Amino acid sequence: MITENELKESITKLVSATAIYLPEDVKKALNDAYERETNPVAKSVLKSIIDNIRVAEEGKKPLCQDTGTVIFYIEAGEKFPLLGKLPRILREATIKATEITPLRPNAVDIVTGKNSGNNTGEYIPWIEWDIVPDSDSATITVVLKGGGSESPSLAKTIPPGLGIKGVLKTAIDVIFEAGAKPCPPVVVGVGMGPAADIAMKLAKKALLRPIGSRHRREEIAELEEKLLKAINALGWGPHGVGGLTTALDVHIEAAHRHPAALSLGVATMCWACRRASLRVTDTGVEFLTHPFLGGE
Amino acid sequence: MTEYKLTTPISEEDVRKIRVGDILYITGRVYSARDAGHRRALELLNSGKPLPVDFRNMVVYHVGPVVKKVGDEWEIVSAGPTTSARLEMYEAEFIEKTGVRVIIGKGGMGKKTAEACKKFGAVYAIFTGGAGALAAKAIEKVEGVKWLDLGIPEALWILKVKDFGPLTVTIDSAGRNFYEEMKEKVNENLKEAYSIIGL
Repeated sequence: MITENELKESITKLVSATAIYLPEDVKKALNDAYERETNPVAKSVLKSIIDNIRVAEEGKKPLCQDTGTVIFYIEAGEKFPLLGKLPRILREATIKATEITPLRPNAVDIVTGKNSGNNTGEYIPWIEWDIVPDSDSATITVVLKGGGSESPSLAKTIPPGLGIKGVLKTAIDVIFEAGAKPCPPVVVGVGMGPAADIAMKLAKKALLRPIGSRHRREEIAELEEKLLKAINALGWGPHGVGGLTTALDVHIEAAHRHPAALSLGVATMCWACRRASLRVTDTGVEFLTHPFLGGE
Repeated sequence: MTEYKLTTPISEEDVRKIRVGDILYITGRVYSARDAGHRRALELLNSGKPLPVDFRNMVVYHVGPVVKKVGDEWEIVSAGPTTSARLEMYEAEFIEKTGVRVIIGKGGMGKKTAEACKKFGAVYAIFTGGAGALAAKAIEKVEGVKWLDLGIPEALWILKVKDFGPLTVTIDSAGRNFYEEMKEKVNENLKEAYSIIGL
């Protein structure tokens, strides 16, 4: 079984790589958007995005200076041997990755405004947990969430009478108001449920799904297609200069709601949709999104 | 659309020739400033104290870079623009009181900034957001840093740049604001977007 130190090293490598290398599905979506685009200014914006991805990879440098807030999503088996040690491992890996990459220190004290200097602080890195029954392995996903693309995010509760159309309209309005600010083409996550916090968590979690993937329920998959089409009909385009691709994709996650409440969350992720996963089993670590890390 | 290669300092006369849609490449010295930097600069100016650098006829860049210290020297690792909309609350006064000529950021700025650009002779230009690795290639050297107590992203970085661009002008000194015009166009598309979801 893997030791605490070995896991810490692997997670450090994962966090560091997340800042430098976009996942393949995001790169492909950006390339496809470039091929499709007919507006010359939008095409040149997409070209600079694609050039930037290459420059970052070649120089092994963070592709964006905002290396985000560090967020971990854990799916841990109930019998995963390092379960209780994970919070410390994740914190120490964050500090180490900040130093070696380097990442920009982005954890600022709410009251004093003082930057901690190492991307850790109260509740940070943020960790979301799912416990998997009868399993002794774990899947660890890191997301580096930029600050600019966080500003349009919204959670609210609407009268259930407005229905799902009311939710989709709110999402369209969010993207309309956001314009160029969240670095489009964005990925949009929409959550629905009985309370604002639940909806927002689901919206964020929706951003983890690969570009092009659809919800397991056909009715919700259709909503994703419609909302994507509607957002792209707005015509903001890459960086708001006009063009075909305002969103690379839309993902929706939904919980059962309360009879009297329909809450929704809208989360936006910039084109630099930085997420990476690894899986730890009793035979070792497998880098799921960035397999080349296994050979380094 | 005209392409301009500008070297700092930049005169008001030169800036007033630039129009929305023009492309700029800047060589010379660029100062970084984000939220806390703008706030501190205005606090100092409003209490009659000098700034550590003179922004007159110079360039301010909305950026919080990733930096690395090698020996005694700072090195820029990644340095794309931050969202300029947050600086809207400061920028008009900043333009008026510092005499800055070119503002670089991303995402556009609002009416107050556009009015100040017109009145005092300044332009706002964008670099592709998120393209931090690409932007860092144009930065030759860190010539100094002030206000490090604000933290690395918010400090005032003095950057030596060569052909920093392409920067697309979205606010000029003739009163045009590209993103305001774009929002009107997008507003016309809202109805179609709603109809796709059945409204």
